[in-house]
Amino acid sequence: MDLLTIIVFDGLNYAATLFLISVGLTLVYGVLQILNVSHGIIYALGAYMATWLAIKLLDAGLPPFLSYFILLAGAIIIGLLVGPILERLFLRRIYGSDMHIMLLLTFSILLILDDTIKLIWGMEPMFVSEPYTLLGEFEVGGILYPRYQLLLIGVAVVFGGALVWLIRGTRFGKLVVSVINDREVSLAIGINVNLIYTVAFTLGAFAAALGGAAIAPTIAVAPGFALEVIVFAFAVIAIGGMGSLEGAALGSLIVALARAAAIHLFAELELVVIYLIMIIVLAVRPQGLFGEVELRRI
Amino acid sequence: MVHKHALYMALVSTVVLVVAPWSFPTWVTFILTKALFIYIGVQGVALFLRAGMVTFGHALFYATGAYTVGFSVKWFGFRDVLLLVPLGALVGLIMAALVGLIMARYRGVFFAMLNLAFSMILFAALLKFYRVTGGTDGLAAGTATFLGIPLPGSSFKFYYFTLAIAVMVTYVVHRFLASPLGYFLRALGDNEIRIEYSGESVRRVIYLTYILTGGLGGVSGVLAAFTIGHIVPEDAFWIQSGEFVFVAILGGFEGVLGPLLGAIAFEFIQNYASKWFPLAWQMTLGGIMLLIILFRPGGLWAIYEWMAGRFGGKLDGTTHV
Repeated sequence: MDLLTIIVFDGLNYAATLFLISVGLTLVYGVLQILNVSHGIIYALGAYMATWLAIKLLDAGLPPFLSYFILLAGAIIIGLLVGPILERLFLRRIYGSDMHIMLLLTFSILLILDDTIKLIWGMEPMFVSEPYTLLGEFEVGGILYPRYQLLLIGVAVVFGGALVWLIRGTRFGKLVVSVINDREVSLAIGINVNLIYTVAFTLGAFAAALGGAAIAPTIAVAPGFALEVIVFAFAVIAIGGMGSLEGAALGSLIVALARAAAIHLFAELELVVIYLIMIIVLAVRPQGLFGEVELRRI
Repeated sequence: MVHKHALYMALVSTVVLVVAPWSFPTWVTFILTKALFIYIGVQGVALFLRAGMVTFGHALFYATGAYTVGFSVKWFGFRDVLLLVPLGALVGLIMAALVGLIMARYRGVFFAMLNLAFSMILFAALLKFYRVTGGTDGLAAGTATFLGIPLPGSSFKFYYFTLAIAVMVTYVVHRFLASPLGYFLRALGDNEIRIEYSGESVRRVIYLTYILTGGLGGVSGVLAAFTIGHIVPEDAFWIQSGEFVFVAILGGFEGVLGPLLGAIAFEFIQNYASKWFPLAWQMTLGGIMLLIILFRPGGLWAIYEWMAGRFGGKLDGTTHV
């Protein structure tokens, strides 16, 4: 019983992290039809920027409770900086190209940004633990959990809710849905498709950076830490259905719970189980749990 | 005409590669050996690119080949390439025959993702079952032998062995592309329903191609293991798969020799960039790739064809085979 509680709790924590990483990826795929391989590196940039800002400002004597806002500011800076630049400069030129062009272009961006991070912040790991230690801990099933994990879950739920509201409940969301369904008709009725693309990609980039910034206090931010994470995000959105926000949420939960169970029951299968689920889901429902069936091209 | 041109190019490249070790410093031989085994793996990825399909997981077969060597050395102390290359190919083929059963049903982004998932399963298993696989420490390959004669990874002898295998692979791929199956494969990107109208099963085309590419990956992995001397789980990591696609696009996948051009360029860029800008060699690679994608999406091969057409007079531009 205790073990089950722990697994569920670990799973929920990890699901929040996974959701923050994958929701931006699925959003970008949904609107731009690009599987953004560089998403993971934007996540890393968010983590680095947030950690760096927090370290600098805390050293300058800022009260520690402000560090949460600093983390958020770091994510916003990266989102607003990287999103529009990548979209306007590079992605814009390849919409509608073959898939290998899109994958390789974003892969190249990943390579470039990965080195950019090393050039700016060096190879040494960076820590900022104040936001983490400040909240203290609480007990579940005889194990101490940091309260920061609850904050992470909260951030994931609020951010996911805000995105759903944005897409379903606002005028902007209706425009996005219109662009997703038919780009050309949307152009014809006067929607600024280019702007929608830029905003959607920036939103995706911000989501990634926010994920990085939120997770940064729980880990050591070091070069290469995002390379495996991006594959988890691929797995999550493939399971949930690419382009679906609900799918990202459900996919994160499934993957996270399975991983938590594996860690406690068969530690060797910790990573294998994630990809196994992905393969099983894709074998049974190729479009993912929430995906729509694509018509075969004639 | 077309066939003649391709044959001519293949002969010229082979002669250049045979002469190369004597004309350049010895370190070039090592780089060329690396380029050749990468080339073999990239041929598989390039086959699928011709069909408009991208695989972000062919490191699965590359790692399969490499670990075939690793376990052969670890358990039996056996290092003879004459047997290990066919064995690596066979294990790669078997692996691909199993995975391909699922893979042949998918296209587009799902094909890319499923390949990724399978290669990451291998990566995760190699990493976590460290009692068998050595985990992050990996396995040592040691020095290859050829019928008992030692062939060190950086030697001329090993280079020529790799070159011989590469020539064979080129021939096999060429024959495959010239076969009906090869033509159906290329038609796949345009219109797969027409293929079924012609009485060919699309799944069969993909499945058989998949098996072939698995074998190529296996061979590539065996040669890589002995060239580098060390086998690590990262051989199955998705960055390695990305590298294969990268090289295929860098060189251009339309001509049989595009991947060769790409592999050689890739190895030299990587070597020089990591010497001159040790912290920014990935950036250099990425930057070059961005330029290629945005301005010459056909890769280096297309640049060669463009130059040949411009400076060398007539060229029909259809040197696909």
